[in-house]
Amino acid sequence: MKVGSFDHASPGQREQWEAAASFGHVATSAALDLSHGVILYLDDISVSFDGFRALNRLSLTIDVGELRCVIGPNGAGKTTMMDVVTGKTRPDSGKAFFGQTIDLTRLSEPEIAHAGIGRKFQKPTIFEHHSVWENIELAMKADKRVRTALFARADSAQRDRIAAVIDQVRLTAATSRPAGLLSHGQKQWLEIGMLLVQEPKLLLLDEPVAGMTDDETARTAELFRSLAGEHSLVVVEHDMAFVRQLGGLVTVLAEGSVLAHGSLDAVQEDARVIEVYLGR
Amino acid sequence: MLLHQPSAVPRLLAATPRAGWIALAAFVLVMAVLLPASRLLLPEASPLHVSDYVVTLIGKILCYSVVAVAMGLVWGYAGILSLGHGLFFSLGGYAFGMYLMRQIGRDGSYHSDLPDFMVFLDWKALPWYWQGSDSFLWALLLALLVPGVIALVFGYFAFRSRIRGVYFSIITQALTFAAMLLFYRNETGFGGNNGFTDFKRILGYPITAPEMRLMLAGLSALLLMLTLVCARYLVTSRYGRVLAAIRDAESRVMFLGYQPLHYKLFVWTLSAVLCGLAGALYVPQVGIINPSEMSPANSIEIAIWVAVGGRGTLLGPALGAAAVNLAKSWFTVSFPDYWLFFLGLLFVLVTLFLPQGIVGMWQGLRAQRGRKRTAEPTIGSDQGREAQT
Repeated sequence: MKVGSFDHASPGQREQWEAAASFGHVATSAALDLSHGVILYLDDISVSFDGFRALNRLSLTIDVGELRCVIGPNGAGKTTMMDVVTGKTRPDSGKAFFGQTIDLTRLSEPEIAHAGIGRKFQKPTIFEHHSVWENIELAMKADKRVRTALFARADSAQRDRIAAVIDQVRLTAATSRPAGLLSHGQKQWLEIGMLLVQEPKLLLLDEPVAGMTDDETARTAELFRSLAGEHSLVVVEHDMAFVRQLGGLVTVLAEGSVLAHGSLDAVQEDARVIEVYLGR
Repeated sequence: MLLHQPSAVPRLLAATPRAGWIALAAFVLVMAVLLPASRLLLPEASPLHVSDYVVTLIGKILCYSVVAVAMGLVWGYAGILSLGHGLFFSLGGYAFGMYLMRQIGRDGSYHSDLPDFMVFLDWKALPWYWQGSDSFLWALLLALLVPGVIALVFGYFAFRSRIRGVYFSIITQALTFAAMLLFYRNETGFGGNNGFTDFKRILGYPITAPEMRLMLAGLSALLLMLTLVCARYLVTSRYGRVLAAIRDAESRVMFLGYQPLHYKLFVWTLSAVLCGLAGALYVPQVGIINPSEMSPANSIEIAIWVAVGGRGTLLGPALGAAAVNLAKSWFTVSFPDYWLFFLGLLFVLVTLFLPQGIVGMWQGLRAQRGRKRTAEPTIGSDQGREAQT
């Protein structure tokens, strides 16, 4: 992008650049292009930490509207893969594209979040002193600059949107309760709600049902299935019963690269998968 | 803790809006009517007559309260513990002090156009940064701009480097200490260790006149009210909720697409500007400003006011500043050697037994009483936060 032509840019374009510039540097902030039906490309990604290869020439694509499960033993690189996609970790080599045009390796974490990739961490990181409503409001897709936040009041469309999301994650009865007082499962849902209200195109979910009861797990699976299509989801999970309930394609990672790929039944019968899971 | 604090952003003292308005009206009545009437209309023999000393003490404490509220904003709501807020207060004081020095005119000991200390140093002309200091408006502008710009620049680099917690506190402490050393030097051009004193007048009116003292105390009260209104607006706005979220989990807020740097920088700079204004009002009332105002201990004391009054509340810091300073003016007269011991003890006791300060204790008592009355415990009243937003 040529910064030199700043003065001739249209006001909208200029605003977009200024927003990008305020994050530290001007990056390629093109619109999300899904023309080839693929939302996420990871190509030949390698990441090392002090000589340990966390990702080893990992290649993976996620289709638009897909619900993908990523499984694998501890240390297989699942979390590192998420870190690369969300900009937390820079790959040593390889390409990471969001849609056809957005180069994830060149964007900062806030820029990637803004571009439409939402991530749910293993441990719920909600704001415990804020109410459920305020948590969702904080996460809402809106102009997040100081100047706007100073004078912002939620309009009726935003209120409806917040209420709809709270309903979607089944927390309507707890709307004004401080998030710190929710049960573990409710906290996880609240965090999922905080992702949903951002209207992300791609959702990354790291062990979303850890610590949930069977009933809560089943309801979460139901929620995720209803989200697929409109959103693309990548779920990292250990709980095979949950993976089965989700019913999407499964990618098995081991030692930093893709070991197997297919339906859950197919990968569970794969000899190499059995080997990594059960030991040689 | 959570039970007493149903939302990240508690209301102004958790009182009903009506009680708040009544308290405000009473405060205005006292400051604007009763205090002047008692000083100017009652004979000195009357038991209700207040002396100039009391008027000045009230004005001084109101200035401290402004500083405490400003400090409470950054510490209680943004989680930034500054141990250098005395610097911004002093800079505001010095900026306005320059004007007061120029107002002395030729009435100083040396009967010169230059302030006495410059004559003493054998300076022949005003340094460049004293240009315009004879203008009241310029002095006021400087009292806003100098603390503001310094806070903005310092804050930008500190927050951009993601310096937080105790590291940030130490750096602010070092900042005010460095400034103190700088101001102690005669060559800096601010009167060295004597600072500015012997003020004669403001806008041509004598500074020691009772009317002037009442006016300054009244302006301090007005500044405190404006500060509280502004702070209340801030913490109940979406901005305030984002700020409280940054306090609780900064990296998470960044993930949600907010830029914490800008959020912190705004409240930090605003806080410094408010301190500067308070300093500008403080100096004509106490009649002196010198580098000891920038000493690290002074800035730590500000943090103690906030802790005593109640972190994360709006009115608490103002009450804390008043309580500690009233105790101080009594203690330093009755037991001058023991004040610092008492202050230290107070801080330890408050931290151990009143982590939410005076206001927290009061809220706790109210909650207890309310629970007894209804006989049915309610956790975090569900009166719909969204209705207030």
